[in-house]
Amino acid sequence: MATTGVMRPGHIQLRVLDLDESVDFYKNVLGLVETARDEAGRVYFKAWDERDHNSVILRQADRAGVDLIGFKVKDAATLEQLDKDLQAYGVATERVPAGELLETGERVRFTIPTGHVMELYADKTDVGNGQPYTNPDPWIPAAEHGIAPHRFDHCLLYGPNLEENLKLFTEVLGFHLVERILMEDGKSLLATFISCSHKAHDLAFVAHPEPGKLHHVSFLLGSWEQVLRAADIMSMNRVSIDIGPTRHGITRGTTIYAFDPSGNRFETFCGGYETYPDHQAITWTFDEVGAGIFYHDRKLNERFLSVVT
Amino acid sequence: MATRTPPVWHAVTIADTGETYRCREDESLLIGMERLGKRGIPVGCRGGGCGVCKVHVTAGSFAKRVMSRDWISEDEEAGDIVLACRVRPQSDIRLEVLGKMKKNVCA
Repeated sequence: MATTGVMRPGHIQLRVLDLDESVDFYKNVLGLVETARDEAGRVYFKAWDERDHNSVILRQADRAGVDLIGFKVKDAATLEQLDKDLQAYGVATERVPAGELLETGERVRFTIPTGHVMELYADKTDVGNGQPYTNPDPWIPAAEHGIAPHRFDHCLLYGPNLEENLKLFTEVLGFHLVERILMEDGKSLLATFISCSHKAHDLAFVAHPEPGKLHHVSFLLGSWEQVLRAADIMSMNRVSIDIGPTRHGITRGTTIYAFDPSGNRFETFCGGYETYPDHQAITWTFDEVGAGIFYHDRKLNERFLSVVT
Repeated sequence: MATRTPPVWHAVTIADTGETYRCREDESLLIGMERLGKRGIPVGCRGGGCGVCKVHVTAGSFAKRVMSRDWISEDEEAGDIVLACRVRPQSDIRLEVLGKMKKNVCA
């Protein structure tokens, strides 16, 4: 499909409790590439196969969780138009100047109904994936350092107002609903999986009374074999594993979940299917939510449901 | 091959269940409990971020690491209310479980 408007999740800023320990984890265990540090003390990373300067930014704080998530839009005109569209819809926006985040252009920042801070931006410096744009090799040594995902892929956020939130993303920001889970009443939304591209999800939300919570940040791997390799690397490094390797019914991805050294959950996954805006959304009923989330166990795990940062 | 110092063990008693387990001085109260297949303290992120393993240490000495202020206030920390995943025992320990999934493991 033609990817226009909002293109993809581009960056996520995470709060960590111990910066040095976290930098070592993100660099050497997860296997991201450190690209910069700024005056505020934030540390910037990208996955080896990403081309833009940064996708994961760590900030030391006294609590874990997510500060903000940024989506890259097609160009500067799109950014201006989306800012106008958001304001016309009744969403207050603010501008964050270019350079506040290194190698990143001006951002349009707003808070979504689930309480999370979102940003849109059109520019981030292309530093490449370590290969030239002419006659590249398929991968580089960084592709084998640590778990070494290809990219920051999506995240799952917990918060209230899922109906209102879905409307904002589909009516203003150009996302489409790919899958959803309904509550016991058969009507209210327990979870939504939405896409602004051909991916099975670019964002997911689960209903939760507390706003602004992070369930997980997800990184893409190339194969099921790499999911097993990720699990091995986690155990070798005594990483706190939540569940897996297993498969989701929802989106069909193969996956393993674990926690970073501050308790922020992350996923390294592979697969799923491709989606288009004309595809009818898939619905999971409350009584089958176990199989939807963990296809083999067919039941929920309370830690997976209730532990968020 | 490098020689390893044998681990030092301490006894940890969960007052809610009366259960006692041995925990190494170089491991957290939570990992020590999990290693032996014991239950009693709810297990969350194991990284000081989610607050699930909140406990009150009522006796014993321990070393602790940074914990999320979302779950442990400065006053609580001063009163030995901590996250079991961030605490390593330096003597025998007695604790009470406060975490939010307590009903599952202490019922």
